[in-house]
Amino acid sequence: MTPRHLVCAAAIAVTLVAGLAAQKPPATFGIGRAATPAEIAAWDIDVGPDGAGLPPGKGTAAEGATIYAARCASCHGKTGKEGPNDVLVGRLPGDAFPFAQDARTPKTIGSYWPYATTVFDYIRRAMPPDAPGTLKDNEVYALVAFLLVQNELAPADAVIDAAALPKVKMPARDHFVPDKRGAPKKGK
Amino acid sequence: MKVSRRDLLAGAAGIAAFGTSAAAQSPSPPLDTTKVRGKPSRALGQRATAEKAQRQPRGVNSSGTPHQDLYGTITPADLHFERHHGGVPDIDPRSYSLLIHGMVERPMVFSLADLKRFPAVSRVHFLECSGNFGGRGASVEITPQQLAGLTSTSEWTGVPLATLFREVGASPKATWFLAEGQDAAVLARSVPMSKAYDDALIAYGQNGEAIRPEQGYPARLFLPGWEGNASVKWLRRLELSDRPFMTREETSKYTDPMADGTARMFSFLMDARSLITYPAYPVTLTKGWVEINGIAWTGSGKITRVDVSTDGGTTWAAAKLQEPVLPKAHTRFRFLWDWKGNEAVIKSRAVDETGYVQPTKDAVIALRGISAVGYHTNPITGWRIRPDGTVVYAAEPWS
Repeated sequence: MTPRHLVCAAAIAVTLVAGLAAQKPPATFGIGRAATPAEIAAWDIDVGPDGAGLPPGKGTAAEGATIYAARCASCHGKTGKEGPNDVLVGRLPGDAFPFAQDARTPKTIGSYWPYATTVFDYIRRAMPPDAPGTLKDNEVYALVAFLLVQNELAPADAVIDAAALPKVKMPARDHFVPDKRGAPKKGK
Repeated sequence: MKVSRRDLLAGAAGIAAFGTSAAAQSPSPPLDTTKVRGKPSRALGQRATAEKAQRQPRGVNSSGTPHQDLYGTITPADLHFERHHGGVPDIDPRSYSLLIHGMVERPMVFSLADLKRFPAVSRVHFLECSGNFGGRGASVEITPQQLAGLTSTSEWTGVPLATLFREVGASPKATWFLAEGQDAAVLARSVPMSKAYDDALIAYGQNGEAIRPEQGYPARLFLPGWEGNASVKWLRRLELSDRPFMTREETSKYTDPMADGTARMFSFLMDARSLITYPAYPVTLTKGWVEINGIAWTGSGKITRVDVSTDGGTTWAAAKLQEPVLPKAHTRFRFLWDWKGNEAVIKSRAVDETGYVQPTKDAVIALRGISAVGYHTNPITGWRIRPDGTVVYAAEPWS
C-alpha cells in the first residue's frame, strides 16, 4: 500500500466508525400503529377504586339473589359462606383483622376486601369460570348488590350503580399499607 | 411404491410383536452400542428414555419444577413451573396484539411481528410464585419439587418495556400501569412505572425458543425479581394511570397480613431464599463424600453467599458459588461434606448483595404471624439424613 492508499483507508475507517456511532436509538422507531377508539373501548374493562370505568346500569340484591343462585352458589355456597371455593360472605366481631394469627378465618369481601369496586371489576372480567366475561353489566351490578347486602355493607334495598359503588365503606380498608421493602430505583 | 396386502399384514404383525415384547420386558439399550448402528437424525430432539423428570401438577392451576432432577441454573422450558388462574389460552400469534393506552400521547397497537422489530435484550432471571411454600402438605416425604417447585430460571428475550413506553409517548405524570392478560381470568395487575424504566421486559423468547404456552405465549410481561403473578402472561393490554387499579389479585389475593395488624399490599419483591436439591427426599445416601448442592436466588440483585449447616443450624460454613453469579437468577451452590453415617440435618441460608439474610422460620413468624404461609414465605429449610441414609424434609412445626 502506498502512503496515499493508507491515508484513504484511514479516512474510510474514520467515516465507517463515525457512521456507526451516529446510529443512536431514535426518539421513536415508527413501529406499530395507532389504536382506534373502538379498539380501546372493546378491551378497556377495568374499574378503578374511584369508580372510573364503571358502566351505566344498576342492580339490587333482590335481582342479584336469583342470578347468584343460578350462576354462583354451586361454587361459593348458598349464602356465600359455605364454599367449597372462596368464601365471599362474613363479617368478624368488631370488624377484627386477625389474619396474621389465624389462617383459618376466611378473607371475605366483608372482612378483607379493601375496595368494593374490585368486586364489580373481578366478577365482570373473570366470573363465572364456566362462562367468564358473559354477564351483562346490570347482572354484575345486581350480583355486587347481593354480595354487599349479604356482607351487611349496604342496606337490603340498596340500588348499586356507578355513583353508589365507590362510596361503599369497606371495613378492612385502613389495614392495607404499601410494602416498604426494596423500593425500585428511580427511572433512568 | 406399491404396497401389497401381504406387506401390510406383515407390517401389522411386526408392530403387534414389537408391542408385545415392549410390554413384556422393560426397554433397555443394546448391550454394545458400538455393534449396532444408532438412530438416524430427526427433526425434533427428545430426552433420553431413562430420564423421567416431569412437572408435578397440583390441581389444575399449577405445577412445580423438578429441582431434584436438574443441574446448573437454567430450567428446561417444558419443566418451568406453571401457575395460571383461568387455564392456558391457545393464542394465534398472527392475530395477537398488544394495546398500550391511558396516559400516553399516542395510544398504539403492536403485533407480535412489531414487538420483534424493536431492539431486543436477553437476560437470565428466575421467576417465582410468591405462594412457593404453602402447598407442601404435612408429610416429611416431600421432594424439593414439592417444597419449592414454583421457581424456575430461564433466559428471557424481549423488548424493554421502557422502549415501548417511549414509542407511545408515556406521560411523565403516569405513576402506575395496568397489565392485563388474554386468558379466561383476564388477569390484571397494577405495576409502578418505575419498574418499567428499571428492568421490565415484554418477553417473547425463553431459553432460545418462543415462550411456551404455559409461560405466556406469544408475549408476556416480565418483571425481574418480582412475584410471578405480576408478570402478566398472554399480555394484551397496558393502561397507564396516576394510581393503582386495585384489582382482585392485588387486594383480596397476593397481600400479606402482618403481625402488627396491617396487610402489606404491592409486595412485589421476592426476598432471598435457598433450597438444597441434593441430597433430598427420595435419595438414599451412602457413607462418604457428598457434594451437597442446591439453588439460591434473590429479587434484590446477586446472591453473595450461601451458608450450609450440617448440624441443624448450629454452625455454618460458606458454600462455593457457581460462576457466573447473575442478578435475579438461580445461583448454584456446592458444599463438600464427608458424611459419617450419623443422623444429621442439613440446611442452607442465602445472603444477597443488600446484606439481606434468609430468615429462620421463627423470624418469619415474628414479622408475619403464624399464618404467614400464603405469600412471600422464605424461611431457611433443610433435610434430615437418617442413619440408614434415607433423607426426609426436616419439617419444623409452624407455630
